[in-house]
Amino acid sequence: MTDSRDFTASRRAFLGLAAGAGALALAGQGGPARAQLRTNAHIVILGAGAAGTALANRLAARLEGARITIVDGRAQHWYQPGFTLIAAGLKPADYSVSTTTEWLPDGVELKPEYAAEIDPEAKTVGLAGGETLSYDYLVVAPGLVLDWDAVEGFSLDMVGENGIGAVYAGPDYAAKTWAAMDRFTDEGGEAVFFRPATEMKCAGAPLKYTFLTDDYARRKGTRGATKITYAAHSGSLFAVPIVNEKVRMLYDERGFDVHYDHVLKSLDPGRKVLTFDTPEGATEIPFDFTNVIPPMRAPEVVRQSGLSWADRWVDQGWVEVDQHTLRHRRYPEVFAAGDVAGVPKGKTAASVKWQVPVVEEHLVAQIAGDTTDASYNGYTSCPLITRVGRAMLIEFDYNNDLVPSFPGVIAPLQELWISWLMKEVALKATYNAMLRGMA
Amino acid sequence: MEELTFTTLIAVFEEMFGRWLFWGMVVAAVAVTLLYVYVLIRDHSVSWRKFLLAQLAMPVGAVAAVIFVFAVTDSGLGDMGGPIDVIVLLGVAAAGAVGAAILVYTVQSLVAPPARET
Repeated sequence: MTDSRDFTASRRAFLGLAAGAGALALAGQGGPARAQLRTNAHIVILGAGAAGTALANRLAARLEGARITIVDGRAQHWYQPGFTLIAAGLKPADYSVSTTTEWLPDGVELKPEYAAEIDPEAKTVGLAGGETLSYDYLVVAPGLVLDWDAVEGFSLDMVGENGIGAVYAGPDYAAKTWAAMDRFTDEGGEAVFFRPATEMKCAGAPLKYTFLTDDYARRKGTRGATKITYAAHSGSLFAVPIVNEKVRMLYDERGFDVHYDHVLKSLDPGRKVLTFDTPEGATEIPFDFTNVIPPMRAPEVVRQSGLSWADRWVDQGWVEVDQHTLRHRRYPEVFAAGDVAGVPKGKTAASVKWQVPVVEEHLVAQIAGDTTDASYNGYTSCPLITRVGRAMLIEFDYNNDLVPSFPGVIAPLQELWISWLMKEVALKATYNAMLRGMA
Repeated sequence: MEELTFTTLIAVFEEMFGRWLFWGMVVAAVAVTLLYVYVLIRDHSVSWRKFLLAQLAMPVGAVAAVIFVFAVTDSGLGDMGGPIDVIVLLGVAAAGAVGAAILVYTVQSLVAPPARET
């Protein structure tokens, strides 16, 4: 019988072609389908990003009578996987922009302000406007903060000028970064790329942008006049060894200079020099174009709450959760999902896709006085773009095992057009379906 | 993969082409197919002369479909990286070829019904 099931699966993958395949790359467990559970519990969700919004929709469908409050001061919702495409000149800035409210279901109350204080002992959340919410269950999903101040000499108003880019800063900054990259690749010069030493969202993005800059320089005939340097923060380019080796080979093929153990310290916009801390001391690398990626940390309200790990990531403050259940290790009525969760992998939308149903199952089981075996295995997916038109679909888990969605159909470490199609045309729709709790 | 639902697929396609273009294409494809079935039933047989011309339209349809997909996805023939890419591309071309053949056959049958053929 397994034969026929395999056949169905591969035929379905084939029928879906690029579109279906893209949906599948993010696909995990299905939408909520069981009978509603009656409860009068008050669930507070901090953050209306990918994880918070998807959970709000799924919990609203699963629970009858629950009071669900979602707290987020940002009026815009950003489709962050689109930033790379904006910064590659393939999509306009508004490609990634929608509103927070349009994704939220009826019956979920939005508090359009930020949380100012979390007290897990008293089970309360204080809002910036002064209101205090009491909760029975709390989901911490406010995302992370980009610590721009940690890069000496840099400020966001520099982005788009003097070859300075910052793809992560938002859709408009990604568009300004494209303007700078476009100008740079018209003439050539020295491009320098790097990543921070902290945990970060989508560790593949700095690598992709290096590939894309190379690709544009080749297309414009300026690659010969261009030097491309990648300064890795550790001894490898990517934390998953098998992926690291593949990227190392590709970087070699493309002629990139690679430095290891380089952590950005400062940027001098006047001299156009980046200074890195290395084991041998501070090292300067001149640049004509760069993509600044700062250290990333949990929001201050989380770091002040006592919910963070005390002995891991102490300078970053990720929430102390069990890596399989995403339940807080000291406060069983508290969960974390998305970027803020203190787990070894998975600050991507694909991880959110797999984390959210696990949190949902545990939360619903707890309300029902039950337990569940639902477990998050660390799944993360990265369509690693290697040029406009090609990408490698890389999926892995906590064990650094490759976990391909289409074994034997889409090779994980091969540069493929179909993987590019997923990234460019199918992922956003799948993401939107996830926000609605439908995927 | 097992959880890919029909609604998800629809949402994905709406996103790919834009809502109006996607549903416009669906309506056009359904209309042409229905008309094709209609002329087959009306004429009680396949006209091999019309079928010959329809076959000539197939390469045109194949190429047009491939060009359309490349344009929508900012990519090109040089981006084919492995067997699955070629299979997908051939699938796109085949769909374009069959679609063009059905369209041309149907249009001929509607414009020149069998009674007026010599």
